[in-house]
Amino acid sequence: MTETSTQGSSAKTRPDRDSTRRLTGQSAWLAPRSELDADARRTRVGRWARAGRPRLFTSYAAEHAIFNTRYKRVWMLILAILALVAPFATNRNVTYLLATVFVFAIAGLGLNLLTGYAGQISIGHAFFMGLGAYTGAVLGGRPGNIVWGLELDLAIVLPLAAIIPGLVGLLVAPIAMRVRGLYLAILTIGLLMLGEQLFKQWTSVSGGQGVGRGVAEPVLFGMDLGGGYRIGPLIMTEQVALYLLSLVVLVLVAFGVKNLARSRTGRAFAAVRDRDIAAEVMGVPLLRTKTLAFALSSALAGLAGALYSMLIGRISPEQWNLFLSIDIIAVVVIGGVATISGSIIGAAFVVLVPKLLEALAPMLPFLGGAGSGGLLNVYQLQTILFGVLIVLFMTLEPRGLFGVWVRIRNYFKAWPFKY
Amino acid sequence: MTTFLQALISGLGIGSVYAIIAVSFVVIFRATGVLNFAQPALFILGSFTTSALAVDAGVPFFVAVPLAMVIIGLVAAGVERVAIRPMIGRPVFSTAIVTIGIFIALLIVAFRLFDSRPRTVGDPWQLNSICLGGDASAGGCAGGVLVYENTIARIVVAAVVLGLLVWWLGRSRLGLAMRATSLDQEIALAQGVNVGRIFSIAWAIGGGLAALGGVLLAANGGVVQATDALFSLVVLPAIIIGGLDSLKGGIIGGLVVGLVAALTSAYQPIYAPWLGPNFENVAPYVVMILVLLVRPYGIFGTKEVQRL
Repeated sequence: MTETSTQGSSAKTRPDRDSTRRLTGQSAWLAPRSELDADARRTRVGRWARAGRPRLFTSYAAEHAIFNTRYKRVWMLILAILALVAPFATNRNVTYLLATVFVFAIAGLGLNLLTGYAGQISIGHAFFMGLGAYTGAVLGGRPGNIVWGLELDLAIVLPLAAIIPGLVGLLVAPIAMRVRGLYLAILTIGLLMLGEQLFKQWTSVSGGQGVGRGVAEPVLFGMDLGGGYRIGPLIMTEQVALYLLSLVVLVLVAFGVKNLARSRTGRAFAAVRDRDIAAEVMGVPLLRTKTLAFALSSALAGLAGALYSMLIGRISPEQWNLFLSIDIIAVVVIGGVATISGSIIGAAFVVLVPKLLEALAPMLPFLGGAGSGGLLNVYQLQTILFGVLIVLFMTLEPRGLFGVWVRIRNYFKAWPFKY
Repeated sequence: MTTFLQALISGLGIGSVYAIIAVSFVVIFRATGVLNFAQPALFILGSFTTSALAVDAGVPFFVAVPLAMVIIGLVAAGVERVAIRPMIGRPVFSTAIVTIGIFIALLIVAFRLFDSRPRTVGDPWQLNSICLGGDASAGGCAGGVLVYENTIARIVVAAVVLGLLVWWLGRSRLGLAMRATSLDQEIALAQGVNVGRIFSIAWAIGGGLAALGGVLLAANGGVVQATDALFSLVVLPAIIIGGLDSLKGGIIGGLVVGLVAALTSAYQPIYAPWLGPNFENVAPYVVMILVLLVRPYGIFGTKEVQRL
């Protein structure tokens, strides 16, 4: 039955429809969405009934809103204001670190879409980040002796830095479709290795092994962000501009992924993740769903790669390696699989904890200097802690930091009761 | 022709080391369903332990190697008990990520415990070579095939160890119990198999084999460093080509990867220099992708039966 015919007949058959609805609870089949929401509004629960019950939802749409409770809305606003103020209130290094967090969060969201939502494993995400970085560098960078550079505007470069890795992901997806589980994981490692070789060899793009190349010029809509502007009392240095750019992209990506996850496509992803054959039986087109997940995830990784390259300023073909992939996996795993805020918390954790350790190093007695002496030096401690944390999170809290947060929240929500 | 023979022999030599490492992955995967990404770290710990025993402590090489295998086997079993046992019943990918974490941690341990200087494993073969059918008088091997002793040693050791292992796993009660466990852990438990012990034993065997592979790979007259652990990642295509759960597949996959790498390094600089240096390190991945296109579960891998 098409929607228009329902609407046309709904006025006449209303009593019938209501009785069907009472009997089966399947009203969504019969009533158009707008009418349902109108019903929900008509049956609004009084203020007193809502008090202290933030999760009282009277319609499906309300429950699946992006911010489904008022607290989330308020806190998000506060966080957004803090994030906007942060670069002006802190120094360069902190700004750079926070911008790195945002970039890792974008890449993590991309991987989360593929691994967390659609259940397809990829250890090759660093390759797509590299692809995005080089797309950005070639299109937006200055030409050198051997390297290409087109010096385009970021308004063109950034979308293309997402589109080209996305297209490559689209090409790879049919191959990846054929294999499942761990075979897919190793296939993506293969992709990573071949990509690294490609980057090393294609010197007109990458500048070659050990040499590297410059990155895209920070020119957005004809405005040179690198120059340093004065807007009222605020000074916009290049760092701050890149920070704000990453922040805006992250917010857009986060809302985009959240919206996708609660749409028909997102539910198809989840169905494929939970049991792909069952999903296929229910009419979810496997090939299309997996391909879409791959392409979107690669596009986000490419975008993150382009932004990351602009942050670090010079890129070499060796840095898009297995360890970067592991970092991105850690963002997803430590943050929380299949959660949006989890990816952002995870990125903050993965980027900031090593720096925190570096700052705390003088206070830890068992740490030696950069050379030998002491039990471990600070870099070794960082790395070993990273590995141990991955193990601990997977064994003790599979939902990651997001799960920890949910537990804390529930504790205070239920207080003084245990549950 | 001599180039080809030379590449063939050295490929078989390195391939038999890859076969050992591949089998170490497969033994663990078959019994526990875990793809152990920590294997490279065990592999490098194996060669470091041998080096510490044979070079620093003066234990004879042929005693040091089995000793190192036992030690690393125990380490692997301990790792399994601490970090992998709690993951039973979780998705395979989660467990794989845990092993990545272990890999990172163990690599630093290896680095910290041993890597204060370049190490050798103290093998008796070093760079000794035999010249077959050529003129060895001028120092080289003009017109003949140069065969390093370590190549022969690798092939012999791999053949003996893998032959014994396959025979033992095929005939013994323990091998049967392992196969039962890999089929279904709960049913194996119900039939009286001590599944926990099978897990420990499988990891111990896997660790021991990885250590042996590490020693053999390091026994080429050169030095070994912690970063060499990444070399054993080239075994990943080997186990995928053969099929993750097949011992036979692991052995054949290892040999194929060794041959592909050796032939590529012999011919690619001549015929396809645009592919760049070190292409032999990625050539196995190309072969792997081609094999996966035709057979998604490797050549000998069991096709996963899907039920609703």
